[in-house]
Amino acid sequence: MSPAPLIEMRGITKSFGAVKANEAVDLSVAPGEILGLLGENGAGKTTLMNVLFGAYAPDAGEILIQGRPVRIISSADALAAGIGMVHQHFHLAPRLTVLENLLIGIPGKSGRIDRAGGLARLAEIGRQHGLTLDPDLPVSTLSVGEQQRLEIVKALFRGARLLILDEPTAVLAPSEVDGLFSALRSMAAQGLGIIFISHKLNEVRALTHRCTVLRHGRVAGRVDDPANTTSAAMAQLMCGHEIVPPARGPSTPGAAVLTLDGISTSKHAGTVLRDVSLAVRAGEILGIAGVSGNGQRALAEVISGVRAPDAGRMTIAGQKVSRFSPREVQALGLGRIPEDRMTTGLVTNLPLADSMVLPRIGTAAFSAKGLLKPDAIRAFAEEQIKAYDIRCPGPMTRAGALSGGNLQKALLARELAFDPKVLIVSQPTRGLDIGAARFIHEKFLDMRAKGCGIIVIGEDLEELLVLCDHIAVMYEGRIVGTLDSADATIGRLGLLMTGAEGHG
Amino acid sequence: MSVVLEQIFQVGFLAAIIRIATPLAFATLGEMFSERAGVLNLGIEGIMLLCAMTGFTETSLSGNLWLGVMVAVLTGMLMGALHALFTVVLGLSQHVCGIGVTLFSSGLAYFLYRLIFGQQSVPPSIKGFQTLPIPVLSDIPVLGPAVFNQFTLVYMAIIAIPLAAFVLYRTPWGLSVRMVGENPRAADSAGVSVIATRFQAVILGGALMGLAGAFLSMAQFNAFTFGVVSGRGWVAIALVVFGRWDPWRSAGAALLFAFVDALQLRMQASGLGHIPYEAFLMLPFIFTIVAMAFMSRNAVAPSALLKPFRREER
Repeated sequence: MSPAPLIEMRGITKSFGAVKANEAVDLSVAPGEILGLLGENGAGKTTLMNVLFGAYAPDAGEILIQGRPVRIISSADALAAGIGMVHQHFHLAPRLTVLENLLIGIPGKSGRIDRAGGLARLAEIGRQHGLTLDPDLPVSTLSVGEQQRLEIVKALFRGARLLILDEPTAVLAPSEVDGLFSALRSMAAQGLGIIFISHKLNEVRALTHRCTVLRHGRVAGRVDDPANTTSAAMAQLMCGHEIVPPARGPSTPGAAVLTLDGISTSKHAGTVLRDVSLAVRAGEILGIAGVSGNGQRALAEVISGVRAPDAGRMTIAGQKVSRFSPREVQALGLGRIPEDRMTTGLVTNLPLADSMVLPRIGTAAFSAKGLLKPDAIRAFAEEQIKAYDIRCPGPMTRAGALSGGNLQKALLARELAFDPKVLIVSQPTRGLDIGAARFIHEKFLDMRAKGCGIIVIGEDLEELLVLCDHIAVMYEGRIVGTLDSADATIGRLGLLMTGAEGHG
Repeated sequence: MSVVLEQIFQVGFLAAIIRIATPLAFATLGEMFSERAGVLNLGIEGIMLLCAMTGFTETSLSGNLWLGVMVAVLTGMLMGALHALFTVVLGLSQHVCGIGVTLFSSGLAYFLYRLIFGQQSVPPSIKGFQTLPIPVLSDIPVLGPAVFNQFTLVYMAIIAIPLAAFVLYRTPWGLSVRMVGENPRAADSAGVSVIATRFQAVILGGALMGLAGAFLSMAQFNAFTFGVVSGRGWVAIALVVFGRWDPWRSAGAALLFAFVDALQLRMQASGLGHIPYEAFLMLPFIFTIVAMAFMSRNAVAPSALLKPFRREER
């Protein structure tokens, strides 16, 4: 690669209390280079990038830009040094327009916002990299892909020469990923440096020129030729041991444990369901694929009894659901793991034990005569913490203090302890590292073998292909096709997800 | 009834609306700037009272009206800075601190007033602002005497509305204010200081509240009494919501409230004497409640309102 790196981080060390998030990390990016930054959750990727972007000051180490040492202690410093970052959760103001989001923090012209200059610059960036946006639309009307494009344009707008992207593909449909990659390649071809953070090894192999792998805050290894390195080898670098994908053995599905027949919703905000019919049999895993916002949330809410449909029929274990309340569907044998662990999954400010019994708080197991049985609750939580290896100081720990992987284990434990006949999960491994995801997957396959029917709503197609027997694709509130996972490919699913194959 | 209506809609009626709307417009714009930056300022009622007191005191001691206005504005900025220190820098609860600022400011106003003026049988008064007719414009029939024969502070309020809209929508600082009120993290990652921007917006808000207080004690009543603000600060908070956090709409809301208030004053004075005057006094507030009930349903507050910003938290 080029002799003078665009940016170089040397010996970066950053501790939070007793925890060393980064220890003596070296990293460099040359102009025109796309560097993959790999690592499990908690490996220190985000901390390292926050040091580079000025959110944290490192305890030791230095940052050099084109060979010159620089001091970056705020975002403003980072921007001035030509570093732009596209965060995983976008930093946009939804009610302001595209142009206003671009012009924030940019000095005006004679005291006024420089609208003409902004428009010209936006058009220029659009021409250079094929990143076009309507300047006067409010950001809230943009799709997730467009919002991400705006974040990238925002960085370029500020003259970024190094662009950091934190898990940029997690929110995109496969077709949008191609668009992102071609834009990134175009930027690299024009001499920009790019740091691409991702969990998805196939994407890293397709896009990056070089990789740095972090583990426990240190550099675990570097990969000089990602395209010709196997995903297994990279995964091993990340985890420190070999990762075997879970094997989904053959199963003999039994009777349908969950059926939806012509379910439609209209009343609520968000995408509505249109005439959705599906069935999950005992001992079967059904995947629901789709770009987020195509009715998956409404589907999960109807099945969990949070939202009543306007039309259609639903049965659980052969019994018709009549009232659509969470208590009713739970009594019929449904377990659910909601999409957002922190807001609908559990109560972050209460002890973990309370969250773990929350859906069954009124049952005889945990209360009697209108009073809670604290000992029973505590004992249940302790038992599950042991069984699922939930890493926490104890059942009375505040739930919000646990890591994502441990929270997901806790939610899983809470449902599986009651042997549900059917389980609905949304984005089961989002934000989890390979080890934790592996654990969750194994539990699902165990349940499948025991005759539980499982619905997995997800955006990660690879995960669905590994896990599911069938995959149904949602587009604009409808099921537009159902594929046997043996016949399904990412390409076919991707086409269905964009509505291209029509109604299958 | 027609006699009553005639009495109500005299030429002076329009002028009264404008006069009543002036302190409300200042206060509403001040609260709006603060809230657009994400900081609810419940200190407004007490800040207005304290500013009315300090402005009045300065003028009655020095005899200089504009010096009094300056002192009132400075007092407002200082109290704004106090509120910002608690809520923006220290990240404390905006509700609790706001109420604290109101109680503190009110108490301070009473205390200082007694300390300086003592207990007098006739409350001291000043020679307040006199109306300043604007040549040519004040000769326009109806509109001229109503709008262009007013106090200078009224003209300032009229100018403040488009100026506030310009600052908020057309300047980089105004964009920063809107951004820190919607998504402070976005502003921070764009290199804008959330703390500084919020601080400035709350202080600007305090200055406007100071003008509102000054108007009450130095143009409208020419004296300081403990009831000089009498809920106008709370009304301004409602008017910000009613005006959907927009300078033009907020000013419109202030005018509408002033219209109802002027109307009830006329009704009190008119031949409807068999109704207790307290019933009329209620009208503007009933109007506010009803208007809020209808309007605030689709009002969308700045997303980051009430949320303190700490960079390390995610």
